Amino acid sequence: MALRSVRHYPGFFSIAMLCLIILYAPLIVVMVYSFNDSPSITNWGGLSLRWYFDVFTGPEAPRFRAAAWNSLTIAVLAATIATAIATAAALAMLRAGKFKGRSLTFALINLPLMVPEIVIAVATLIFFTMIGFTTGYLTILIAHITFCIPFAYLPIAARLQGIDGSYEAAARDLYATRAQSFFLVLLPLMAPGVISGYLLAFIISLDDFIITNFVKGAGMETLPTAIFGSVKQGIKPNIMAISTLMLGVSILFVTLSYLINRKGRQSP
Amino acid sequence: MQTAIDIRTVTKTYGTFTALHGVSLSIMDNEFFTLLGPSGCGKTTLLRMIAGFEDVTKGDILLFGQNIAALDPNLRPVNTVFQQYALFPHMSVIDNVAFGLKMKGFDLPTRRKRAGEMLDMVHLSSFADRLPAQLSGGQQQRVALARALAPQPKVLLLDEPLSALDLKLRQAMRMELKQLQQDTGITFIFVTHDQEEALTMSNRIAVMSAGHVQQIGTPRDIYESPVNRFVADFIGETNLLEVEVASITGDLAQVILPGGHSITCSTATHDPGRHHLSIRPERLTLGPVGTGLEATVDQVIYLGTDLQVLVRLDGGTPLQIRIQNAARIEVPEPGTRIGLQLEEGAARLLAD
Repeated sequence: MALRSVRHYPGFFSIAMLCLIILYAPLIVVMVYSFNDSPSITNWGGLSLRWYFDVFTGPEAPRFRAAAWNSLTIAVLAATIATAIATAAALAMLRAGKFKGRSLTFALINLPLMVPEIVIAVATLIFFTMIGFTTGYLTILIAHITFCIPFAYLPIAARLQGIDGSYEAAARDLYATRAQSFFLVLLPLMAPGVISGYLLAFIISLDDFIITNFVKGAGMETLPTAIFGSVKQGIKPNIMAISTLMLGVSILFVTLSYLINRKGRQSP
Repeated sequence: MQTAIDIRTVTKTYGTFTALHGVSLSIMDNEFFTLLGPSGCGKTTLLRMIAGFEDVTKGDILLFGQNIAALDPNLRPVNTVFQQYALFPHMSVIDNVAFGLKMKGFDLPTRRKRAGEMLDMVHLSSFADRLPAQLSGGQQQRVALARALAPQPKVLLLDEPLSALDLKLRQAMRMELKQLQQDTGITFIFVTHDQEEALTMSNRIAVMSAGHVQQIGTPRDIYESPVNRFVADFIGETNLLEVEVASITGDLAQVILPGGHSITCSTATHDPGRHHLSIRPERLTLGPVGTGLEATVDQVIYLGTDLQVLVRLDGGTPLQIRIQNAARIEVPEPGTRIGLQLEEGAARLLAD
């Protein structure tokens, strides 16, 4: 008898469906109810965009706007700096030959992926307090850069690994200096990985709550902490609208990251 | 004639592994010089050291008298054609060809003009604006050549550039490469493991094995007068027989074949004792019994242009013979008793 594919195992379909429902049903409920015309979060009152208008013009709008601006600028800065560091790290890991402590370095780069976020959050807060660093915009930015590095590193390193060393050799052979060989040949070839890493880092920074909440200091809000603050005073439908907007941005960026990475792989 | 490249006792080690053992050789200006050997013999390492991609552990590399062993690759007036071409995939064909000129600081009109001429030379003018991925393997190969020749290097290095092409194209490219070398007058250093490629194109060949140069000479020298067992075995096909040396006088040796027959042949060694004898299969001729060495036909293999006849000498030593598949040819049946004659220069006594 031929080996049966996993699809034919008994219960496969029902278990898969159960998992999908548990994962996505809450998201779908939020998305659907964000278009609810009723101020109640449980009763359907017809289709409307009023809560989306409320996000931009309602009583909480200035607070959300300021938080969104913080989130956006932190995400752009953190993603940019983390991507630059991750690119340098990938070059060192994959183009510098074998060096002492290479495995250790690899572990260090990827450590934030494995350490529980709450541990990083507490440790970071304690660290900033100990050195007397005032918590605020800068501490959020520094923390974000740190945990964004491994997310940027992974696609960049994967891309670089697939680029044969002979391109750089050819550039150097054709009278390019080290810098010219990097900027004119290697970087354009790495670009899909770098962009993909940037977008991932951006979205990770934009969505982060736990670490941000610990290191943000008083009066400083990013969009996730502002949403959390608002929810503490009771869930209103405008929260569903703003959550749906964030979900949309996340999906857009992750999809872009995926597509750019895939396109790059097709034409090395 | 001027020396283009002078390699002086160059050693390369990787950790405890020695890739090259004090290699010395001189390559003349305007020469088509081939480094030939099996994979792992150090030929590519040597080429990469001339290009500057590998550090020299010990020794010197002189380019027209200037020691370049410590220079960065971009400061060496040599260019490389890579095995997989390494064309920049994000640049058009013309930009690839003009890259070296751009790095050397030529202005745009000069670059365009020179790169255009180079593409003309390799018959690819109409492909200037394509991307490398849109070209066939043979076309990419020509672009790689044009790119490496555009900055007018003093020496062109070619790292098995034909190995990725199919047989027909490979044979056509051999002639083109040879022609290109003669037209440009640039010294070519060609690395290959394919002895036929080496024999057809080169002015001189260095046969390498295990990090040592085994023999340097013209294709004819190397084929007809191999110095040792490795070279005789690696270049072309041959019968290697262990024989007893009766006497050596000058360049001639009297040896005793396994069947007891005694023959005279040229020699690469002057030590008495047991050595290997190389007998080229195409220099053996079949005749009736009673002429030359006595043997029995084992098998006849049809190869198209040639026939390969496997025979066994009286005494049991197997030998292979090549005869041309001419129109009138008598194909011996297996089991037939025949006589074997060694033509002039068929046999050579080898050093180990």
